[in-house]
Amino acid sequence: MSNVRVAGVGLTPFGNTPERTGRDLFAEASIKAFEDSGVPRDDVDALLYGNFMGELSEHQGHQGPLMAEAAGIQAPATRYESACASSGTAVRDAVMRVRNGEDDVVLVGGAERMTNLGTAGATEALAIAADDLWEVRAGTTFPGAYALMAQAYFDEFGGEHEDLAHIAVKNHENALTNDKAQYQRAIEVSDVLEAPQVSSPLGLYDACPISDGAAAVVLTSEEYAAEHDLDAPVAITGTGQGGDRMALHDREHLARSPAAREAGTEAYADAGVDAADVDLAEVHDCFTIAEVLALEALDLEPIGEGITAARDGRTTADGETPINLSGGLKAKGHPVGATGASQIAEVAKLLAGTHPNSSAVEDATTGVAHNAGGTVASATVHVLEVTE
Amino acid sequence: MTDSETGVQDAGFDDWLDAAEEGAAYYLECPEGHGSLPPRRVCPDCGSTDLEEVQLPETGVVETFTVTHVPTPAFEDDAPYATAVADFGPVSLTGQVVGIDLEGIETGLEVELEITVSETTGERVIGFSPV
Repeated sequence: MSNVRVAGVGLTPFGNTPERTGRDLFAEASIKAFEDSGVPRDDVDALLYGNFMGELSEHQGHQGPLMAEAAGIQAPATRYESACASSGTAVRDAVMRVRNGEDDVVLVGGAERMTNLGTAGATEALAIAADDLWEVRAGTTFPGAYALMAQAYFDEFGGEHEDLAHIAVKNHENALTNDKAQYQRAIEVSDVLEAPQVSSPLGLYDACPISDGAAAVVLTSEEYAAEHDLDAPVAITGTGQGGDRMALHDREHLARSPAAREAGTEAYADAGVDAADVDLAEVHDCFTIAEVLALEALDLEPIGEGITAARDGRTTADGETPINLSGGLKAKGHPVGATGASQIAEVAKLLAGTHPNSSAVEDATTGVAHNAGGTVASATVHVLEVTE
Repeated sequence: MTDSETGVQDAGFDDWLDAAEEGAAYYLECPEGHGSLPPRRVCPDCGSTDLEEVQLPETGVVETFTVTHVPTPAFEDDAPYATAVADFGPVSLTGQVVGIDLEGIETGLEVELEITVSETTGERVIGFSPV
């Protein structure tokens, strides 16, 4: 079985560019990834592409071939849709293809155009990640679903909105050096507490923004990287995926994410590491509470204690295990279909020492990327390690 | 696509709303005792295809709730409104809490099913009202 090397990564700026088409966004990310990798386009065996709401935002289905064309590659292409975990699942399948020897080089990534829908339209589009009959028709929104989880967490384990506010403050702080981030702006705890409510107990600053953007990653086999003398020091050494019941009300625990636990357990075992080995992680903080649930599912915090991690400095840039040094979805932005691949890109750069925030994790050798779909009915976890 | 746009019903789901409006809401039960909601042919817990309609318990308990201020367009005129997950025993449901001030809603509140309508679209909505 071949180790899978991260040969190159490319990101567009994440933000508010409503006029830019998905194909234009992904083209830019792919150009950067190919430049970063030194891999010729002709060597690509497959494109695996994540996208969630293209039918709604661009009236565009069948995006695989469209995006292969945009990236200038002649290989077969497939779109992956798992809500906000779309490109996480694409990365997982790309890793497995390279490992089993089917492909030597895979371009994997994703893009999302969202802001052209406006806030109401994007809210409606995001809501389709929930069960339409039994959740959306009762008025569930995406922030509303996470608010239900936040309230359940407070009731079960304690904690308050101010604890969550520290997560938003931390992730904004981390994004200050990320020139691709949607928000390069520091905020205070009081900003979070005083922001308009979206869905109680969550307010505007507990939520990631609506974002346009794309991410692309060139993955190669270890043998290909060696043969072509690639500068690819980081490998994806573990992959895992978990699933759960679609509707939040069908879960045994409303304030836990078993799908993420399943994915994390599988990915750790696959890589031969455990949670104590993890030096840093990019986790799916679509809402502040989501970061708490992710940390607990990944065993980076005990159940019921993740709520204080940011407030007490365990997950800040100078903490024991820095979380979301990129700024996370909260400050970096969340172009849904691009997010999973962008997390791989950020972790790879942090470990390779080429990220603006690498100085916070100079000796890091092991990083984790956690990508979640819906109220975590889908989750992928990847372990990345420095190999040379 | 909503019913009013096409006139087409969602078999199983709209039948369930019809029954709930008549005070005859039900859930589906397999021989192992797992509860689930229609439309469904297979028990999601154990794969049994032997599903039987059983009367839903009269009351449920609010497990968690939220007051939504930023709705989807389908609930534009309804906001702010409260959504809750209520545990009815064999199954839990998501619904809007009605018949009580938003400030009065809390976890543990005992509720019964009450099918209401969206002020925005006129569509039927699963609701919970305090017992």
